[in-house]
Amino acid sequence: MNFSFIQKIRGQSGLILVSPPFFYALLLLAFPLMGVFALSFWTQDYLELNRDFTLDNYREAWTGAIYQALMLRSLKISILVTLLTVVLAFPVAYYISFHVSPKKKPLWIFLITIPFWTSYLIRIFLWKVILGFNGVINGSLIGIGFIDEPLKFLLFNQGAIVVTLSHAWIPFAILPIYVALEKIDRSLLEASEDLGDGPVRRFMRVTLPLAMPGIIAATLIVFIPTIGDYVTPKLVGGPNGLLIANMIEVQFKKANNAPLGAALALSAMFIVSAIAMVFLWFNRKYLRQEQ
Amino acid sequence: MAKTKQSRYLVVYIGIFLVFLYAPALLLPIFSFNDSTIVAFPLSGFTLAWFIEVFKTEPLLTAALNSLLVAVITSVFATIFGIFAARASTRYQFPGKRGIMGLIMVPMVLPEIIIGVSLLVVILQLGFNLSLTTIILGHILLCLPFCTAILSAGFQGLDKSFEEASQDLGRSRLETFWYITLPLVMPAIISSLLISFTISLDEFIIAFFLSGTEATLPVYIWGQLRFPTRIPIILALGTVLLLVSLTLLIIAEYFRRIGARKTGTEVKGGLF
Repeated sequence: MNFSFIQKIRGQSGLILVSPPFFYALLLLAFPLMGVFALSFWTQDYLELNRDFTLDNYREAWTGAIYQALMLRSLKISILVTLLTVVLAFPVAYYISFHVSPKKKPLWIFLITIPFWTSYLIRIFLWKVILGFNGVINGSLIGIGFIDEPLKFLLFNQGAIVVTLSHAWIPFAILPIYVALEKIDRSLLEASEDLGDGPVRRFMRVTLPLAMPGIIAATLIVFIPTIGDYVTPKLVGGPNGLLIANMIEVQFKKANNAPLGAALALSAMFIVSAIAMVFLWFNRKYLRQEQ
Repeated sequence: MAKTKQSRYLVVYIGIFLVFLYAPALLLPIFSFNDSTIVAFPLSGFTLAWFIEVFKTEPLLTAALNSLLVAVITSVFATIFGIFAARASTRYQFPGKRGIMGLIMVPMVLPEIIIGVSLLVVILQLGFNLSLTTIILGHILLCLPFCTAILSAGFQGLDKSFEEASQDLGRSRLETFWYITLPLVMPAIISSLLISFTISLDEFIIAFFLSGTEATLPVYIWGQLRFPTRIPIILALGTVLLLVSLTLLIIAEYFRRIGARKTGTEVKGGLF
């Protein structure tokens, strides 16, 4: 009894302690999100807000041809970026975890994150310089006589968005995979080898399944926020490379239709979360079967 | 590990990957010293003019000062809130802990555009004007999970017996926290301050939604990217920012290692 009393007091001091950041997040995150939710059921005529409940915004967001096209394109690009990022990141994380001596590991992690600490906007802009008509790649290829005319397919398309975004997110994918690989008990790998597994079999049956939590974390960390980027499509995407986030930005700023913007933002969040859930569910099922 | 064929392929891949990773960061200084307004090869000559221009452009300096102010205030508040959250989550059990900590950590995975948009809606509805203050409010929210994560690691590495000894010797809980706990987690506090400072300094998406007439540096840069003649100045500015960020990160890493040594844990992992 005495013990549970102490626990109660401890519980209270924990609550008191956590309340300043909790109320901050409640006031500036939870309530505003609810505000956006409410807004998505209202309408706006220039600056006047009409608070009558309507589903029109969602109807427009889900059936309007342009919104459907943008949403599908955004999803396609987010999925491609996530796949490319995780595939590019895995060997790097594997190399740092298994081939770099323990003393040098922090230095390697630092090396991976350095390019990430330049200005985000300038980094994206530099990809425009690299991929552009008179850019670094075209310049070099012409310089060595490989091509006569600049390649136009490098910039201002969806491929350029995928490359630029993958580059921007790669440290976020390497770090969780690296952490998962570090946690693998090295004796398991020896055991698998002793039991006659070759390197490929050992990788597929021991390393990869044990690295799965890191891969899943990397996938979610890259996939969810990518849908909200509107800078990259604007700078390197060209006329056919605008994404749903650009449309959300336009609705909130220039078009003065915040309710539609809210409906689009929430719809995008909903779709992305649903895909993430399905992905997690499949993984859980697959991992359980393995066991 | 034996040098197998596979590991040779891996090393080649790492080489190519590092070129991909560093391409923009290496081009940045190259073009910021290039004596031409056109950002393309071949380079035409060496100049420091763009750097001089950076320090002579009035709106740029104003934006930089605004960013500095926003980043300092953000990092202080995010770290203070982070100390509360980290201490509560590492030392106490309380009802609704998972939900509360989940809400605090959620901006880490939420697209920034959602944070920006939702704050914008509420601020405008309540009739407030957009200003540097509104940007600070958004940035604190964004930085809080990162600070909480760093500080939790700091509080977790803490040996509980130091605090118990202090209380046994007659210090109150508050005194113990002030004289024993805080100095021991000071390195984590400093790296939390520096990381949130760096995040805020570079944040564009939230700042763009929540900025009024006063621009932060990224908002200013965004405006300038439309004018081709301004690009070299922006690249010079980028080089300066890279150097500043790197210096801050190295300081943060230095304090993190001191902290790890103080609390007796092994120095492991990099910056995160």
